[in-house]
Amino acid sequence: MRYIFIVWVVCVAVVVGFAGFKGDKTRRPPIELFPDMDRQPKLRPQAENAFFKDGRSSQLPPQGTIARNSRWEQTAENTGRIPGGTNFVNAIPVPVTSELMARGQERYTIYCLPCHGASGDGKGVTSKLGMTLVGDLHDQKGRKLVTASDGQIFDTITNGRNLMGAYGSVLDPKDRWAVVAYVRALQLSRLGLLDDIPAADRASIK
Amino acid sequence: MAVLVLLLFGGGAVGGIWYYFSPKYTRVGYSPIQPVPFPHSVHVDQVGLDCRYCHSQVEKSWYSNIPSATTCMNCHNQILKEDPRLQIIRDSAQDGRPVPWVQVHKVPDYVYFNHSVHVNRGVSCVHCHGEINKMDEVYHAKPLSMTFCLDCHRNPGPNLRPLDRITDLGWKGANPDVQKSQGEQFAHDWKVNASQNCSACHR
Repeated sequence: MRYIFIVWVVCVAVVVGFAGFKGDKTRRPPIELFPDMDRQPKLRPQAENAFFKDGRSSQLPPQGTIARNSRWEQTAENTGRIPGGTNFVNAIPVPVTSELMARGQERYTIYCLPCHGASGDGKGVTSKLGMTLVGDLHDQKGRKLVTASDGQIFDTITNGRNLMGAYGSVLDPKDRWAVVAYVRALQLSRLGLLDDIPAADRASIK
Repeated sequence: MAVLVLLLFGGGAVGGIWYYFSPKYTRVGYSPIQPVPFPHSVHVDQVGLDCRYCHSQVEKSWYSNIPSATTCMNCHNQILKEDPRLQIIRDSAQDGRPVPWVQVHKVPDYVYFNHSVHVNRGVSCVHCHGEINKMDEVYHAKPLSMTFCLDCHRNPGPNLRPLDRITDLGWKGANPDVQKSQGEQFAHDWKVNASQNCSACHR
């Protein structure tokens, strides 16, 4: 009797010893108990796929094609340039509403703030980590970014500039204009005059 | 005697199956070695990046993308630019060959999970991925079993939060009751249709 019990305890100890407990960190891939159709030979994004020559499922669009719903028309709204030329548009070509501004603030906070900082002075968190060459959106000395046209800022977001990467793939044109609007608001926060504020609201400003 | 043996070993087998044949064991804790030791804890908790800085399509697509190496290079062209741990990233940004990241969270191929509908209706990343902002190495924190999905689909209210707090993984409502009533309000206002129909996820 005692031996049966000992055998039982040993069995349990061996199983637990090999299998461990729920939630243990492990390098072994998840076990699929009934793997019937768990993994299908269909295309999954960003995965290996032998169908294509280079072995990846996510392909670049073939030359001369555009993705569905992508903005391809050569309008000021999509390129930041005056149609038919290379000159940048001076002013944001979409209606600037409070929704657009709110969207701009949100997108700026996600994509721009880590380097350019909450106030746009180029002293975001990355400046403490070794990133020294970040544009100051107020550019106290040269005023280059203050005097730049809206289209030029749009183009910088789209394609990057100097050491700054391109953000055109993560921000669609409407979002880029929203960010431009918010950048303008940040700049105005340092350049604005008391006269710019409606008379009724002036008292609320110290 | 025979009855006792049957009880002991039969019970042991049933208990073992009950304990081990569950996604809480088969999936949870999976933490593969990645080609680049990317710590979410440093990038999110210390540096303060938003999830969407890298996973930029999560609000628009069913699939939450792994960022391209150029995204890394936005900062790492200046920060740690000589670090050998980042060699694969630099090479990838240079020649366009993908970084062989190992996917951790992988539901079966017959499950059609859509990221965008969840994050645009108040379900935070943290519900399915755990506190990934605190992980040095990503591990599978939640079972992602069918029950796991259905628990929330049967009663989404307590798990919904304001849309501007989706990527704030540490966010907690004022207290559970407030969060519940707030979440139920969201479910009503946003017409959240947490379907329990088979075809919602299986097609």
